[in-house]
Parts: sequence; C-alpha cells; structure tokens
Amino acid sequence: MNSIWTIARKELSDSLRNRWLIAIALVFATLAVGIAWFGAAASGQVGYASTPATIASLASLGIFLIPLIALLLAYDAIVGEEEGGTLLLLMTYPLSRGQLLFGKFLGHGLTLALATLIGFGVAGVAIAILVKDVAVGALAVAMLRFIISTTLLGWSFIALAYVVSVRVSEKPIAAGLALAIWFFFVLIFDLLLLGMLVASQGEFNPELLPWLLLLNPTDIYRLLNIVTFSDSTQLSGVLSLGSDLPIGPNGLWLALVLWFVIPLAGAWALFRGRRI
Amino acid sequence: MSCFRLENVSYRYDKALVLNGVDLRLEPGEILGLFGHNGAGKTTSIKLILGLMTPSQGKVSVLGGEAGDPKISQYIGYLPENVMFYPQLTGREILAHFARLKGANLRQVPELLGQVGLDDAMDARVKTYSKGMRQRLGLAQALLGKPRLLMLDEPTVGLDPIATADLYRLLRTLRDDGTGIVLCSHVLPGVEPYIDRAAILTDGSLKAAGDLASLRRQANMATTLSIEPEGTVAALETVVNDAKASAGLMMRHENGRLHVDVRPAEKMDLVKALMESGQVRDLGIYEPTLEDVYVHFIGSGGLAHRGGAQ
Repeated sequence: MNSIWTIARKELSDSLRNRWLIAIALVFATLAVGIAWFGAAASGQVGYASTPATIASLASLGIFLIPLIALLLAYDAIVGEEEGGTLLLLMTYPLSRGQLLFGKFLGHGLTLALATLIGFGVAGVAIAILVKDVAVGALAVAMLRFIISTTLLGWSFIALAYVVSVRVSEKPIAAGLALAIWFFFVLIFDLLLLGMLVASQGEFNPELLPWLLLLNPTDIYRLLNIVTFSDSTQLSGVLSLGSDLPIGPNGLWLALVLWFVIPLAGAWALFRGRRI
Repeated sequence: MSCFRLENVSYRYDKALVLNGVDLRLEPGEILGLFGHNGAGKTTSIKLILGLMTPSQGKVSVLGGEAGDPKISQYIGYLPENVMFYPQLTGREILAHFARLKGANLRQVPELLGQVGLDDAMDARVKTYSKGMRQRLGLAQALLGKPRLLMLDEPTVGLDPIATADLYRLLRTLRDDGTGIVLCSHVLPGVEPYIDRAAILTDGSLKAAGDLASLRRQANMATTLSIEPEGTVAALETVVNDAKASAGLMMRHENGRLHVDVRPAEKMDLVKALMESGQVRDLGIYEPTLEDVYVHFIGSGGLAHRGGAQ
C-alpha cells in the first residue's frame, strides 16, 4: 500500500505543480456558474432556472469535457514513463506492475475527483448563496450526486486511457488512440445506435436495444443525471431508450463503476504481459 | 550466499537465442566487470538478474532468493545506462521519491546527494542538470537503502576524470564493506584496475570469466618485453635467439629498443637469459591489457564491434 501511495502522491503533486488540478477546477467552476445563470439564455430567460435543469445542462457539457480531460490526464501514464526512461528503473524497485498502475490510477483519480469537487462544489456554494428561494438541501444532494457521477465517468476514461498506455510504445500513438476513444464514445456511438435503429426499420430486438446504452459510459452518465433528477419525458434521441431499462438508478451506478473497474483490470492484465 | 548466480541460463526473444547457457556468479565484496559488444547479451543478463525478465531455460538466483522478488529488490541498486529522471522535479525530490519506494530512510537523501557532489544542486530541477550531474544523481539513486548488490551500467559516462576517480574510490569502499558490484563499461582500460573479475560475453555466450591473471592464462597471449640494449640491438637479438625455447617468438625494433613478444610460460627463462648476458640496460615487461584480452576473446569478428565494446 505504501508503494501505491508513493506513486499516487507523485502524480497528485505533479498535477498541482503543473497546475492541471487548479486549471480543471477553474474550468468546471466557470462553466457550472455560467450554465446555472445563462443555461436558458437561448429561450430568452436569464438567471437560475431550476436545479434539475442546471444538472441536466451540466451533464450535457460534462460528457464532452470530462472524458477529454481524463484521457489527456492519463494517456501517457505508462508509455510516458517508458519513453522518459523511468519505467525500467521503477521496475527494479520493490514495486509490482499492479502497484505502479493502481498508484497511477489513485493519483490521477484523486486529481480528477478533487478538481470536480472543488470546481462544481464552488459553483454549488455560489448558487446556494446567490439564488433566492433555492432548496439548499435538494441542491446539495443533486450536486453531490452529479459530482460523484462525474468523477466515476472521469475514472472510466482514465482506465480506458491506461489500456492504451500499456499497449502502445510511443506517446503520439497513445494520444491518437485516446482521441479516437473520445470520438467513438462521445460522438460516434449514439449515431451508430441511431443508424442501427433506422437501418433495421424497427426489426431490431426491442428488449436488447436499451441495454446497448450500457456499452457507453457517457450514455450511462447522462441517464443517471437526467433520469435521477427529472422525469423520463426529458430523454431525447437514443437516450429515450433508457426509459425501457429495467435496472433503475442503482443499476446505472453499478454500470458506471464497472466501466472503470473492468478497463482497469484489463490494463493491469495487459501491463503484466508487457515486455520492458 | 552469492550476490547472484546464473546457472545454465538461456533467453529466447521471439526465435532468436539472445543468451545461451550462461553460468556466472558474483560473490559479496567483489567487483565484476561485464563486457561485451552491442547485442552480446549483457543487458539481457542484467535484466534477468533484476527480475525484469524470466529465463527461457536455467536458473537465476539473487541474494539467496528469486530474481524479481520485492523483498530481494530492496537490496539491489541499479544504475541504468543513460539514466533519466522526471525533469520537472528537483534532485532532492527525485531521490526522496525513490527512497520512499525502496523503504529507505529519507535522511539518506541529503547524505547521498552530498556524497556524489550534488549538495549545491539538490534543489535545482533535473531539467537544468548536465549529463554528468544526472549520472551522479543516478548513482545516488542506486545507493539508496545500502544495497548488497549494485549493478552499474556505464557509470562513468558523462563524468569528468575527477568524478570518475571519486566513483571508483566509492566503489572500492562499498566492495570492502561487502557489496557485490557489477560494472558494465566500454571504457576497458579505465576499468581494469578496479575490477576483481571480468566476464566477456559474445553473441549470447560467455566466452571467458575470471580475474585478469587467469584470463591472460586462458588466452595464452604473449607478454611483451621491451629491452634497451647495453650495446647493439644486434647483440641483444643474438641473446634472445640463443635463449629462444620455442618457435613463434616475435621481435621488432622501435626507437632503439628491442620488443620481444614471448609466451607466458617462456617469459621468465628469457628474462633470466637476458639479465645474465649483460646486454640489457633497461627492461620493461608489458602484460596484455584487459582490452587486449577482450579483443582476443571476441575474435576477429569482434574487431568490428570494438567501438561498441559495451
């Protein structure tokens, strides 16, 4: 455990030193406050609308931003150590490959969790102070759920970045693949699902279709943040399939947890077989 | 208990046999020079001892345990060739990070940095370090936790002559304290006085191993006598020819001196004859150097590798 914490501690201090943590927190806080006050500007309304609407808007933004930040934070975790010449040296220490990987995950995971907590937490506090008549208790619960789900989404993309990082031998390739992952899950996946629906002209097994949403962590995240905070009538596009999922919020939470556990275990298995 | 022992160790990378039935050991309080050209199997041997790879055949034991066992790794110090560190951290931070990983006392950090001459630079970022400073930091890193086995790959690269001399003095002290040291270097003449034994690898096979005297005996290489004549060189040549016990003796003139290459077994007879002849004003005896022995063992094909005798 000491070795894991030593690696995590270095990652965390690197994030503080290169100002990643503060930059991410600042971006989150600015966007959250902006969305809270100006999210409904398109419909001619300026000012705080409601907690569910704010959370839904933040989640819509989060699916673009969080995976990208997580991938950027973690894509060079292992390949960067190898290119920098430190991986070989680290592996001669009393440190297993699993300890190195989990230490990195703990460090990157804490960085993202802290940035999310500080960034969105500050926004939550600002809303609670500045908005009259807001139900502070409900806002706190909603923000906490949102922060936890955002952190889990980030962790799943950190774990996916590790799969890439332990597999490739050059940082530019890792960066390219990380961007491809972002592109696939954030932009392509739902289009593919829609395409499949249209192409099959409704012939596709209707019971199977909603489950396919669980194959994308960003869809799970959106379902969690929209279904949990409002009714399913707000679901649009492929997400409307989510109303047919029989697993409820607890199942969605579990699915999001599995989305970082399974890729992380996969990265570990791949790393164990890697030649150094 | 040996520091390490390789017993009939082979290693296959894909279909290529990188290491072929190598037997090698290092005892505590001994400095072993490991030499070989690029691709000879030197790095593979080091990685096997460090537990970074497992042998395809044979057994590797380190400090009485299995290579790669974290309990064993704690007692191993390693300085890789072209050592690299995190450029954004200071020397002190880097050493503290590695000390934590090794479970070493953090008080050792400033001590070691002082020992390698980085007292004034310990709070500067490593990206500002010269190659020699990085190398010294690498050495300090290898010495964390008082290792019982120290493996140094090209430790003198980037070091000036004074720092190199300091390094060798330090290694002798460590050896005298019982540390087993493996020294890989391509600067063979500089290494010679500091190693107790040498192992020469070629194409994955161990060509020879032993102390320099035994390697010279194994190689049966000629010793050169450089003789300044009391009278004429011709008179001296007559003495040498009369004393010659076997064929193959080589003679040449250079700067008024006679140089005679003689087999080790015949050396003392020739010296005795020369001294008794009264024809010798001065006599120098030159044994084959480590470099000569190395070239002998890697063979004529090895000459192509001499530039990269690492």
